[in-house]
Amino acid sequence: MAADNPTLGQGLAAVVKRDLLLAFKRPGDILNPLFFFAMVSTLFPLAIGPGGDQLQILGPSVIWVAALLSSLLSLHSLYLSDLEDGSLDQLILSPQPLPLICLGKTVAHWLVSGLPLVLVSPLIAITYQMPVETIGVMVVTLTLGTMSLSLLGSIGAALTVGLNRGSALLSMIVLPLAMPVLIFGARTVALAAADDVVSAGVYFLAAYCMLALSFSPFAAAAALKISNE
Amino acid sequence: MELLAMGKYGAYVWSSFSLTAIVMIACVVQARARQNRIYRDIAIRLKSTDSAQ
Amino acid sequence: MMPWFTVSGLLLISYGAVVGLFYAPPDYQQGDAFRIIYVHVPAAYLSMMAYSIMAVSAGIGLIWRMKLAHAVAAGAAPIGAWFTFLALATGSIWGRPMWGTWWEWGDPRLTSELIMLFLYFGYMSLRASIDETSKADKASAVLILVGAVNVPIIHFSVEWWSSLHQGPTLIRKGGPAIDTAMLYPLLAMILGFTLFFAALLLARVRTEVLHRERRSRWVRNLVLGESA
Repeated sequence: MAADNPTLGQGLAAVVKRDLLLAFKRPGDILNPLFFFAMVSTLFPLAIGPGGDQLQILGPSVIWVAALLSSLLSLHSLYLSDLEDGSLDQLILSPQPLPLICLGKTVAHWLVSGLPLVLVSPLIAITYQMPVETIGVMVVTLTLGTMSLSLLGSIGAALTVGLNRGSALLSMIVLPLAMPVLIFGARTVALAAADDVVSAGVYFLAAYCMLALSFSPFAAAAALKISNE
Repeated sequence: MELLAMGKYGAYVWSSFSLTAIVMIACVVQARARQNRIYRDIAIRLKSTDSAQ
Repeated sequence: MMPWFTVSGLLLISYGAVVGLFYAPPDYQQGDAFRIIYVHVPAAYLSMMAYSIMAVSAGIGLIWRMKLAHAVAAGAAPIGAWFTFLALATGSIWGRPMWGTWWEWGDPRLTSELIMLFLYFGYMSLRASIDETSKADKASAVLILVGAVNVPIIHFSVEWWSSLHQGPTLIRKGGPAIDTAMLYPLLAMILGFTLFFAALLLARVRTEVLHRERRSRWVRNLVLGESA
């Protein structure tokens, strides 16, 4: 039996496909964070009450915080199911480089949690009476931001997989790293609402995302090996 | 005393300095308490294994 | 340990000299409120220095697998966290009369220093929640290294962005921008704080090593010998 050595690209695609399949088998994994996002976004209008400018001013920030929180929610299980059924050992031992596998899982995670969030956000933005041009900026920043969150979160997930109260610890670890994303993301959208220049913020978010992309697979792989000892 | 007043900023300056002093003392106390605790734990464990033999 | 005592001794002298000195410098634009600089700057400097030491130790521990390096990182964390808190608190107290506000959410330096405080908390929490020492060492080392990019951000934040916080005073082109009479007490305080930190770190590492090696013979002799 001749087995071709799979290329890196094939390996990556395989990991992504596997995780996506697993996620679709449990729709709850996709839908729960999404519902959480929607509900948290409605908490503020409920608390503030109708009318007035407050909602419009707060809109970008609230959506961003809600996106951050729901990403945190879904990160916890990134490696957990693999740990539970023993496939984590297999992944670590596989001939494919572990950082690549981590990257694949992170990509799948984003597709399953970040992307739906980005797609749903315009609807929520409309309820916050956000003008249409601002929504465009918001979508761009949220896309970059959720990608960064998935990447950074995978490090936290790898460090805390299998620990008691791991999810609280995960939040503690990821939040400081995610704060710049939140700051620039929310502020850029607010700038857009004020018809100000947004390119600086977008570039920063893109740069941060690139930075996270370049080191987080390696950090997550190292963390996984440590956690799995 | 003019020294205590520090212009009109006395409260700010003195609270900063006293906070600093308190925190630094707290650091030392914390380190010392930890050392004592570890010493004691080791001593207890060693004594109990000795007497168990 | 002798070096430890001499270090603490030196620090006390620096302290005495400086606290005495700080009465001397003349008034400034800011009035006497500027004197807060004598605690704020050393605290801030040490908060970053502690993190850097932790990051370097963590790196050494990971790459060369030296347990002592991990012990250094573990010992430095609480001290660094306290100093970060101190930097933020004294900065806030100083900011109230000078800037008119206790805190400014948009400010890059304040925010990145606060993020560093949270990184310290995350580090200590992660360490505390992993029972096995070597695993805790390595996991927290990864965390500290990931967050290390924050330190240059704190330092350069006043140059890169517009900030309430003033720009660099000591390390800049053209030399320090502060009057000599005020500079010397400041340097002495920075040095004194550093010595205090070093002494405390040594003490903590000592405790840490004692704890890690508690099963070994030399610890046994040390502890039992002393209590005999």
